Amino acid sequence: MNFVKYASIILITFVIIAGIAIPLSPAPQSWLEFPVIPALEQKARNIFFHVPVAWTTMLAFLVSTYYGFRYLRTKNIDYDIKSVSAAGLGFLFCFLATITGALWAKFNWGSFWNWDPRETSIFILLLIYGAYFALRSALDTEEKRASLSAVYSIIAGLTVPFFIFVMPRMMAGLHPGAKGDPEGGGPVVQMKMAPNMRVIFFISLFAFNLLFIWMLNLRIRIARMEYERSSHHA
Amino acid sequence: MSAFSSTYSLILKDVQSELRTRYALNALLMFVVTAVATILFALRSDQPNSTVLAGMYWVVVFFTAMSGLSRIFVSEEERGTTMTLQLVASPSVVYFGKLLFNTLLTLALIVAVTVLYTIVFSGSFVIKTPSIFFVTVGLGSLGFASAATIIAAIVAKANTRGTLYPVLSFPILIVLLMTVMNATTRALDGEPFSEALGDFQVLVGYFLVMIGGSYLLFDFVWKD
Repeated sequence: MNFVKYASIILITFVIIAGIAIPLSPAPQSWLEFPVIPALEQKARNIFFHVPVAWTTMLAFLVSTYYGFRYLRTKNIDYDIKSVSAAGLGFLFCFLATITGALWAKFNWGSFWNWDPRETSIFILLLIYGAYFALRSALDTEEKRASLSAVYSIIAGLTVPFFIFVMPRMMAGLHPGAKGDPEGGGPVVQMKMAPNMRVIFFISLFAFNLLFIWMLNLRIRIARMEYERSSHHA
Repeated sequence: MSAFSSTYSLILKDVQSELRTRYALNALLMFVVTAVATILFALRSDQPNSTVLAGMYWVVVFFTAMSGLSRIFVSEEERGTTMTLQLVASPSVVYFGKLLFNTLLTLALIVAVTVLYTIVFSGSFVIKTPSIFFVTVGLGSLGFASAATIIAAIVAKANTRGTLYPVLSFPILIVLLMTVMNATTRALDGEPFSEALGDFQVLVGYFLVMIGGSYLLFDFVWKD
């Protein structure tokens, strides 16, 4: 875990420095220049932070649902501890993705919130996390809390494909890859980044995944200790 | 007893106890009247366009359903009959029985809202393509009930049932709500049936996914 911790810290520091410091140039000559993307310009740098955070949100949701599923199969309370720890992190990353996205949208699209399909999806994801924690706090016994919240997160997970694949095609959107985008209206944004931007983007994606793994590990260890302590007192 | 006949007798039991007390039906009807009256006061004499009307139509259906559909499981918990039901019927029979009862209740609700809207918005709430409207309402109420039933089963085990139910249901139902609002707008605008096929695909996919998922997960909710 120490390796994961130091690797994520070093890589994210690198991404912050490289992502912000490398200058833009209309005709990039070397690896230390980013191309100018029309209409995005300096704001294009947000892709190194916003997209990995949004990706980590999805990853955390999947991990939480997966451990919820494992709990239902085995009834081992440790899986519930893992599931709720991942969900807590997912909520945090979801919040960060919303904030970074909204700030970017203010300067690129003119307002903080536009109800673009992806904005709608992240809003629903926030609601799902909120509902998940509201449900957990309304259940007394830990078995009930574990199994019912696992069922809820799986049911919520069933609707996610509709957001990813169906809604962007039904509604016109502003994000790249939405309906009406000349660059191809698929559900997945096509990668058309300059090679050096792409390298930093993938390093960032990798670093945020490591950060998630490290934070998840910490949270699971804390949650286990709290569980032990509360079960000793009870 | 076969699964079909026990599902049938479960629905019959729920319908009979509903008709005896009329708790859900009366409360839901009054809720619909109150909600539509509030909208009318807010609008004064404006005649809203089809998008607004279709939106408000489903807003009324959503909140009315949220005030009543959880009762199907909550009443079993309150009367202490959950254990008996667990003994006499298999979980899948209970799930499908409750699902069908909730579908019937949603349909009754939709009929009430439709009649009321037709009366009070006589100028603007005119269904120009009935085929789209009836398919939307049919598939919509099935999808609505499929999500609402499993959430009701979860909520019945929790402490703060009344407030928790819409909170848990809304994120699950939003895909369905957006699709039925879209299709209802098409029906009010008089678009041809083929225009709404995409919406119907989403609705069919939604209720199949929801019923399949609920069927597999219901055991974990139902059995303590």
